[in-house]
Amino acid sequence: MDLNTKFTPQSWPDHPETATMEAKNKFVGFWLFLGGETVLFATLFATYLALKNSVPDGNEFRTETLFELPLVFVMTMLLLTSSLTSVYAMYHMKNYNFKQMQLWLAITGFLGLGFLALEVYEFNHYIHLGFTFSNSAFSSAFYTLVGTHGLHVALGLVWLTLLILRNAKRGLNLYNATKYYTFSLYWHFIDVVWVFIFTVVYLMGVVG
Amino acid sequence: MTTVANSVGQKKGFGATLWDWLTTVDHKKIGILYLIGGGFFFVLGGIEAMLIRLQLLVPNNDFVSAGFYNELITMHGTTMIFLAAMPLLFGFMNAIVPLQIGARDVAFPFINSLGFWMFFFGGLFLNLSWFLDAAPDAGWTSYASLSIASTGHGIDFYAIGLQIAGAGTLMAGINFLVTIINMRAPGMTYMRMPLFTWTTFVASALILFAFPPLTIGIFFLTFDRMFGGNFFDHTMGGNTIIWEHIFWIFGHPEVYILILPAFGIFSEIFSVFARKRLFGYSAMVFATVLIGFLGFMVWAHHMFTVGLGPTANAIFAVATMAIAVPTGVKIFNWLLTIWGGNITMTTPMLYALGFIPSFVMGGVTGVQQGAAPLDYQLHDSYFIVAHFHYVIVGGVVLAILAATHYWWPKMFGTMLSEKLGKITFWFFFIGFHMTFFLQHFLGLMGMPRRVWTYMDGQGWNLFNLISTIGAVLMAIGTIVLLINIIVTTAKNVRVGNDPWEDGRTLEWAIPSPPPFYNFAQTPLVRGLDTYWIEKQEGHNGYTAAEPVTDIHMPNGSIIPFFMTLGIFIAGFGAMYRVDHSWGLPVLVFGLAFTFLTMAIRSVKDDLGFYVTKDQIRRMERGRD
Repeated sequence: MDLNTKFTPQSWPDHPETATMEAKNKFVGFWLFLGGETVLFATLFATYLALKNSVPDGNEFRTETLFELPLVFVMTMLLLTSSLTSVYAMYHMKNYNFKQMQLWLAITGFLGLGFLALEVYEFNHYIHLGFTFSNSAFSSAFYTLVGTHGLHVALGLVWLTLLILRNAKRGLNLYNATKYYTFSLYWHFIDVVWVFIFTVVYLMGVVG
Repeated sequence: MTTVANSVGQKKGFGATLWDWLTTVDHKKIGILYLIGGGFFFVLGGIEAMLIRLQLLVPNNDFVSAGFYNELITMHGTTMIFLAAMPLLFGFMNAIVPLQIGARDVAFPFINSLGFWMFFFGGLFLNLSWFLDAAPDAGWTSYASLSIASTGHGIDFYAIGLQIAGAGTLMAGINFLVTIINMRAPGMTYMRMPLFTWTTFVASALILFAFPPLTIGIFFLTFDRMFGGNFFDHTMGGNTIIWEHIFWIFGHPEVYILILPAFGIFSEIFSVFARKRLFGYSAMVFATVLIGFLGFMVWAHHMFTVGLGPTANAIFAVATMAIAVPTGVKIFNWLLTIWGGNITMTTPMLYALGFIPSFVMGGVTGVQQGAAPLDYQLHDSYFIVAHFHYVIVGGVVLAILAATHYWWPKMFGTMLSEKLGKITFWFFFIGFHMTFFLQHFLGLMGMPRRVWTYMDGQGWNLFNLISTIGAVLMAIGTIVLLINIIVTTAKNVRVGNDPWEDGRTLEWAIPSPPPFYNFAQTPLVRGLDTYWIEKQEGHNGYTAAEPVTDIHMPNGSIIPFFMTLGIFIAGFGAMYRVDHSWGLPVLVFGLAFTFLTMAIRSVKDDLGFYVTKDQIRRMERGRD
């Protein structure tokens, strides 16, 4: 592949993310990877539901007493908005507008960082209350499910930072367009998983 | 262009050769690496099996201690499933599937290499337990209450070793899926794919959906043992049955991941050596997909005696028996393929013919165990041991041995001795039935599995003795195969494109072994068994779909090796963190090292290189 081919918005293909053979492979492979990730999170959700509020005698921590919806609501809004901004970024990517794409991706990153900071605050708060990983089967399942999601967000942020910095000087080409596109797929996936966590863990924990 | 120069160049020094194998992303070389790695662990698992059989040779034997026996059965099962059977099949998938679909490599050559190193280092990690601490001793299923209670680091080796190897398997699965979806040559429609490619495709889909649960299950086990988790500890609100569910949601599809490629191998062999098109090709494809789908619906038949209740047991019993239908379709299609065929009794064909009755016996006992009330009698007895060895050895191992003989000339360019091959077959085949047939009856007589010895006077002595003699015969067969490999390699008599003379699929249309770019021109596939069609029309080779053009090939890389090394180091840190203060820094260092290599991979452009038209013409001429 020749990285020196210069494109204009007119010559830029309609689907740059699948314009080459390597790109097609990455595109399909990444979708399949997300399929595997779905099963991975499904296993975590199933375990969480089986162990929800399952604590030893005398243990006080339950979903109703622990979770506070306002904080989680703010986290949800941050992550949902970051998904929207990543859509804007991909819109600009398809129009060969590199600067705008980078800008919207940076905004996506900051929103993700805000989400992650609140999650760290949340976990820290629980741990100070005494609800640690080893507190009960419920706590282990909670931290593993929500923590695995948080780890995905953190890895996504590292990936995004590397993408933005690595390509800052050279702009868009058919080699990195796929990388940007698969990142946005990953980011949407993380968002969808969070919607389920918000519903199953927090909403159903407090209301259900 | 250095890579091109190397691959057509003269003799290389040891260092250069080693570097070449450590950095290779060529699917054919990775296939060979898988065969070497899987073969090594197969011998290791075989030695463990021999020690088990020697212990059971006579009643009240004290050849090994009870504790060591537990380690032996655990390591035998784990090694054979994860480190021998699967990698050996991956070896053939890697070497053959791209050739069968007319591709120049797999979709992700870098990840292919990473997958291999993950498997190898995971297996190494697991087996270092023999030397460093104690080997895992809770059975290959490592049921939670038992594995949590196990002292020492044995189970930690199991958890971390399988985690690393399992991640490699998942990568290989995705890689094969994308390869088959995206990289088929022009004309290679889904319904023209050879059965081995089809079964690889379906097995890879099973890997994609079955391995993530294993990953999670092992994480739970790791957390409970090493990081203060409480998933399986009922005193903390945990539930030990969760492990069983997760393990079998993975574990049952796993047996189809093993057997489907075996079905594919035999489908190729039957049709080549009966000189007939595979009977009922589309029914075969449909049966493969159906078996793969049903494989996810039956996990609880491993847990009939847990007490899930009659409704759950009934549903899973019916689903289990339903799998016999597509499997039966396959058996009859193979029989009808041989029917009226022009049969050549080669070594691969002997294995294929031996496979049918052996596997049917394993299948029949499987349906028997599917009847939940009967399973209450059979559970945890030698009947179960007999059953799964009939399907795994009678199905998968026979297929691996058959494929070794069948594809050896394509992979190495030499032909294994047919005479020694047949000796291997007869020793192995007779030994196999001697070992396991009588174990059905031992089970019915009440002999429990996983117990290190038995008392005299229960009528079990003779059958156990015969069983051990059978195991020795299998070992002799394996040794003959190893001798065969050494002798063949030493003689080094080169063979042509189509050494069996009746090859039907694309891999037989190109040189043995193929050049590193496989096809000088991308082939045009003209139908099912396209090479057979060409030969019928008097053509030598395949019809090209393109003129000779520059070929784009991937670069080799050492990064996969180091990426895995980091995780390998981190594994020791995680495990010894509990006893030693250096554990945590080592864990952090290992993970940081792996993330660094991942960042390098992400930031560094890897665009591959081109082999020019002229170079291809020169190399193709050099061969004729």
